[in-house]
This record gives sequence, structure tokens and C-alpha cells, in this order.
Amino acid sequence: MKTKLKKKGSFSEWLKTYEGQKLYVSILFLVIPLALLLLFTFVPAFNMIIYSFQKRDQFGVDPEFVGIDNYKTIFTNPDYFITFKNSLYYLCGSFIQQALALLLASILCSKLYAKGLFKGVLFFPYLMNGVAVSIIFLRFFTKGNPPLTGEGTLNSVLMSFGAEPVRWMDPAKPFLVNCCLVFVSVWRYIGFDIIMYIGAIQSISPDLYEASDLDGANPWQRFRYIVFPSIKPIISLQLILAVKGAISVFEIPYIITGGNYGSSTFVVKTIETAFKKKQVGLASAMAVVLLIIIIIVTLIQQFVFKDEKDDSDTKRVRRAKKRLEKRGKA
Amino acid sequence: MNSKGHTRKKVIYPGIVIISLLKYLVLIAGCVMVLLPLLVIILGAFKDSKEFANTGVFELPVSFKFDNFKTAFFEGKVLLGLRNTALIIVISCFGTILTGTMTAFVIQRFDGYFTRAIKGAFLLATLLPNISMQVTVFQIVSKLGLYNTMAAPIILYVGTDIISIYIFMQFLSQIPVSLDESGIMDGASYPRIYFSIILPNLKPAIATVLIIKFVSIYNDFYTPQLYMQDEDLLVVSTVLYKYISSTSIKWEIVFAGIIICILPTLTIFLFLQKYIYSGLVSGAVKE
Repeated sequence: MKTKLKKKGSFSEWLKTYEGQKLYVSILFLVIPLALLLLFTFVPAFNMIIYSFQKRDQFGVDPEFVGIDNYKTIFTNPDYFITFKNSLYYLCGSFIQQALALLLASILCSKLYAKGLFKGVLFFPYLMNGVAVSIIFLRFFTKGNPPLTGEGTLNSVLMSFGAEPVRWMDPAKPFLVNCCLVFVSVWRYIGFDIIMYIGAIQSISPDLYEASDLDGANPWQRFRYIVFPSIKPIISLQLILAVKGAISVFEIPYIITGGNYGSSTFVVKTIETAFKKKQVGLASAMAVVLLIIIIIVTLIQQFVFKDEKDDSDTKRVRRAKKRLEKRGKA
Repeated sequence: MNSKGHTRKKVIYPGIVIISLLKYLVLIAGCVMVLLPLLVIILGAFKDSKEFANTGVFELPVSFKFDNFKTAFFEGKVLLGLRNTALIIVISCFGTILTGTMTAFVIQRFDGYFTRAIKGAFLLATLLPNISMQVTVFQIVSKLGLYNTMAAPIILYVGTDIISIYIFMQFLSQIPVSLDESGIMDGASYPRIYFSIILPNLKPAIATVLIIKFVSIYNDFYTPQLYMQDEDLLVVSTVLYKYISSTSIKWEIVFAGIIICILPTLTIFLFLQKYIYSGLVSGAVKE
């Protein structure tokens, strides 16, 4: 490398060595991915932070520095603050979703007929187009606008049991509307969690089951003392993903209600602010708030995972093991 | 919950029959919940507009007609949507696999401060909230003159795909370095090693990424909705969305459109079930 660039010939020769190859291959292979990463991830992230302190329209004409005004708006204006409240619905929903998924996954891991069929049916919604899902549930919940006459699916079922039809998307009842939307979200994503849990449960050693069989453990005891402790890391990962998911819900409320009836979520509001109201500064501030929440959640995740490891093997135990190993070798 | 069948020993504790009945009951209830909303769409798609307006959601159509499907396919631009989506998927997948494997190759094989820094940069990018960052990404895309072109989603799908880089790195770490070294012994250059040793060995990872990529692009609504407003650039998701946001919705045709849009996913799912399960899980854990 020291002889580099002395003569043209020696440089081109140096390029043929493996050191030289490393250099030009690195540059050649990385230039496009890095350019894309910079241009579409880091530059916008940087801009986002700058814009969040500005009053700024779509074209960025005469941006005006406004300090933390945008952030004040987000946390004080109920119009924006309600989106945090709505995230709580999705958070609660996803806890229920985790519990249900865990139940279904442990059932699917037991001896069953038509296991693959059940698994396939429950998983398939996850692969479905979000817009299609939303339209399907428009029909499911609503009686409909003039072109769509007759009761929706859910009311038809209720009526066949003799119950009164309910107006599910009632603008006066944001609680009900949000619960319906959360239900759609659970419907769509639960299959994925089931698959995750099945993967985790199947990785448990069968010896443990046999031992518990011999001891005559019932299903609940087996779940409590064998399955649950073994899949604890996956559960904590899932819960963190649930938090992230709950803050970034977009498609379902955007399409089904358009964010009306008090069902707007954080991302729906951000997009509306940026692209309909053209308040890019305020929208950037919302994105920054989301970023901060995600960073906090990720830090918690790291912390939780560290705890998991320390739980099974405390430092002292590990040190002791190492000492034993050394002795064994000597 | 009898995962190990003990037919000889027969450990019978109270309630074993009830429990296994309950198991099926829960599963069947779950499947009904999944299929019921879909069933209504399927029934509706076969009714003509009069029938659709006058019959209940669970009533069978008088006869199974395919007119709605024809209308949705040709007049409803579903065909256009499918074509555009296919084009975007093919180019983006090709781009992702090329850039993803190259990046993973350099980061995983050439260990040094430089590559570690790049790995850190990609890791940092996972933290950024992709979906709400489009506020500022949009400005850049429109400055580059990519707004309302197919290049916008393609470049975004290729450029921000960090998960696939992670999957490739994961698989690369399982390919022994001694393979590269034997290539070096034979005098192969690094590009040669990448093309004749690394790429062929990454086939399972490439399959995984292709599946994940297909599903996520096919179902993405957000990016095309934001960057491709043009009538000729509609993709599957935006075709459907355009339909329901128009003033005179013909629901029976929309339902037929939905079924057409679900069919490709369903077909792929039925053929590749096992790989999809494992692919999605390995994609998620590496996030």
C-alpha cells in the first residue's frame, strides 16, 4: 500500500492484489446502497429535525423559525393529542391479540386433525392486501351508503340470532368505532403472531414434555411451567413489536373511516397534516415525536433482553463455569 | 394438549375429552371469524347489481355469473394495476437482491472499521419511523423529479430494505469463509468469488427475501398512494382504493376486484406455505 500511486503501472498492479481488490470491490458494491441509504434515510431524517422547528409549507418557501411551537401544538391541541389516546386502543388490542395468538398457537402445537388447514386459514389474512381487508370490513360493519343497501355482515349475523342491528361506525361513539378498527387490526395480524409462537413452542425440547407427561402434568401446568418460561424471550419481543405497531397504525383507519369519528391515529394525522393541510413543519415535529417514542421502546427492548440473559445465567455463575472449564483443560 | 401420544399408558385425568373438544371449538370459532367476512365478499361478487341491492349478505346468488369479474378486470383497471404491480415487483426484487447481497458480502466478509461503521449506519436506519418520515422523503423525491413515476416506489423499495440485508448477512455468516479462501487459492478475484461462490450459496436466503418482498410490495398501499397519483400508474392497492373513494361505487364489482387481487397471493401461499412461514419469521426476528 505504501508504494501506491508512485507510478501508474504500480497502482493498477496494486489493484490486482487482494488488498486492492478489497478496496475497489467495497467501493463498487457499496456505492449504490450507501447513496440510497443517505439520500432516502439520513438526509430526510436530518431535514425532519430541522423542519420540525420551522413553520413551513409544502414547497419550503420562506420557512420561518418558530422554536418549539410545533411540539407545543402536538401536546396541547386535543386534535393532535387524541391520536396518542387512540394508540392506546391499539396497544390494548395487541395485548389481547398476543394472548389469543398464544392460546391458538399452543392448541396448534398439540395433536390435532387438519392442523395445516387451521394454521393456513388463521394465517392467510396476514398476506392479504390492506386495502382489500379494509373494504371487506367496510361491508362487515356498515349498513352502508346508498349504493350499499341492506345490513352489513355483522348485523346480519346478529339479526339471525334475533338481536337488534347496531350502528358500528357511529360518529357519536368514538369508543365503539375504535374498538371495531382494533378488531380489524387483530383479525389481520394475529396469524403472524401465531406463526411466531408456533416456531418458539416447537423449539422446546420434547424431553421436557415427556418428563412432564411422566409426572402427570395437566395442560395448564405444562403451559405454566414448561412452555411459558421457554418462550418468554419471544413474548417480550412480541410485546415490544406490539408497542411499535400500535403507534404506527395507518392503513385500516385511513381507509375505513378516513380518520374521522375520532379514530385518527398518529400516522394518519401526520400524513393528513403534511399532504392535505400542507403543514410540513408540524408534520415533521410529529415524525420526530414518533422517532423519540421508537428510540425509547427500542432501548427498553435492549434492556429487557439483557435481563433475560442475566436471569438464566448470572455473572457469578458464568464466571464459575469458566473457571471450571479452565481447570478441566489444565 | 397431548403432543406426545401415550396410547399405551393412557394417562386419563378429568376433563381430557372436554379439553380436546374445546380445542376444536376454539379453532373452528377462529376460522369462522376469518372466513365469515370473506364469504360475504365472495357471495356478493357473483350477484348482479339488482340482486346485490335486494338480497341479504348471506343469500346465495341466483346463478354464478362472472360478469362482475370481467368488468372489474377490464373496465376497473385491475388488469392495469396487476401489470404495474408486477413490473414494480420484478425490478425492485432484482435491485434488492443485487444491492442486498453485495452490501452483506462486503460488510460480512471484509471486517474493518469502515465496514463496521456502515453496518452501524444500516442498524441506525432501522430505528427511523419509515412511514412518517415520508413527509421529508417526499420533498427529496419530488426534487429529483421522480414524483409520479414508477421509479419513485422502486427506488424506495430497493433503498430502504434493511431487513433483507440482515437476512443475507445472517445466511452469509453460515457460509464458511474457507470456501472463499479456496477460491482465493485458485486465483479467483473478489467479484468472481461473489458471483460464483457467494450468490449460489445464498439461494435459500434469496428465496426468503423474494417471498417477503413480494408480499410487502404487493400489499403496500402507502408508497404508491403517495408517490404515484397518475391514472396510468395505479397498482393493485390504489386501484381498489380509487374504487371505494369514487362517488358511485358499484360494490359487487369492487368485491369481484378484491377477489381477483387476492388470487395471486392465495396461489403463492398455497404452493409455498412452508417457506412463507419460515421466511416471515426469520425476517421478523432479525428486525
